[in-house]
Amino acid sequence: MMDFAITILIVDDFASMRRIVKGTLKSIGFNNFIEAEDGAIALKMLEKEKVGLIISDWIMPNMNGLEFLKAVKGNAKLKDIPFIMVTAEGQKGNVLEAINAGVNNYIVKPFTPETLQAKLQKVLK
Amino acid sequence: MDVRYINPFIESTIHVIKTMSSVDVKFGKPYLKKDEVAKGDVSGIIGLIGDVKGSISVSFGEECILPIVSKMFGENFSELNDEVKDAVGEISNMISGQARQKLELMGRNLRAAIPIVIMGKNHTISHITKDKIIAIPFMTDNGDFTIEVSFEE
Repeated sequence: MMDFAITILIVDDFASMRRIVKGTLKSIGFNNFIEAEDGAIALKMLEKEKVGLIISDWIMPNMNGLEFLKAVKGNAKLKDIPFIMVTAEGQKGNVLEAINAGVNNYIVKPFTPETLQAKLQKVLK
Repeated sequence: MDVRYINPFIESTIHVIKTMSSVDVKFGKPYLKKDEVAKGDVSGIIGLIGDVKGSISVSFGEECILPIVSKMFGENFSELNDEVKDAVGEISNMISGQARQKLELMGRNLRAAIPIVIMGKNHTISHITKDKIIAIPFMTDNGDFTIEVSFEE
C-alpha cells in the first residue's frame, strides 16, 4: 500500500514535463509536491523539506540528474529516499550508470501513466 | 549522410506524439531541404555528438502544435506562448532520446545537448553540420509539422 501523504520532489528543467509528471501523480492519488529546475536547486530543497520520493530528469543545466543522484545516494541523511529517474536517456550505458549510482527505478520518456504507477508501486511498497 | 539514420527519427516521432498526446501522425516523403527557413512557427533544435555529429529539428505549425499540447496537458491552448515553447523543447528531447536508443542498436552512440526552441513566423534553423539536410513532413488531422535531420560522418 502506497503512502499518498508523502511529499514528492519533481526535478526537471522543463516546466511542461514537471506539469505532466505532477498531473499523473495527482491522478494516482498524490497531492504534495515540490519542484526544482535542476539538481543543485533540488539539493538545497532537500536540506529543508522532508521528502518521501524523488523523481528526476537526467539532462539538466547546472547539476544534471546523475550528479544529483550521486549526491543524494552519497549523503547519509538522504540516501534512503527512493529515487526514480524519468528521462529521455534510454541508452544502455545511461541506464547502467544510473543503476551503479544507486537509482531505485528508471523510466524512459515518453511514458504512460500506467508505467509511472507500476514503477511507483515497486519503489514505494 | 547515411539515409539509414532517417528511420529511427520517423519511428520515434510517431511514438512520442502518440504516447504524449494520443494524436495520430502520418509521414510523407523525405526530401532535401535547401534553405534555413523553418517550415513551422515553433521549432526545437538539438545538437548531437558522438560516433557521428549532427543535429535534428522539429518544427510545428501553430494549428498543429496547439491541439497536441492541449492534449498533453489536458487543457485548451489557443495561442503560442512560453508553455507551448517549453513543451516543444521536451517533445524534441524525447524524439531525440528515442531515436538515439534505436541508433545505438545500429552501432551508433550519440549524446544530446539541451534543446533550443525558437518561436515566430519565418524563423530560421541552423544545423551544426554543413551536410545535406533531410526534411520529413508529418501530417496530423489539425496540421503539419516537419523534422529535419543532418549528420556528417
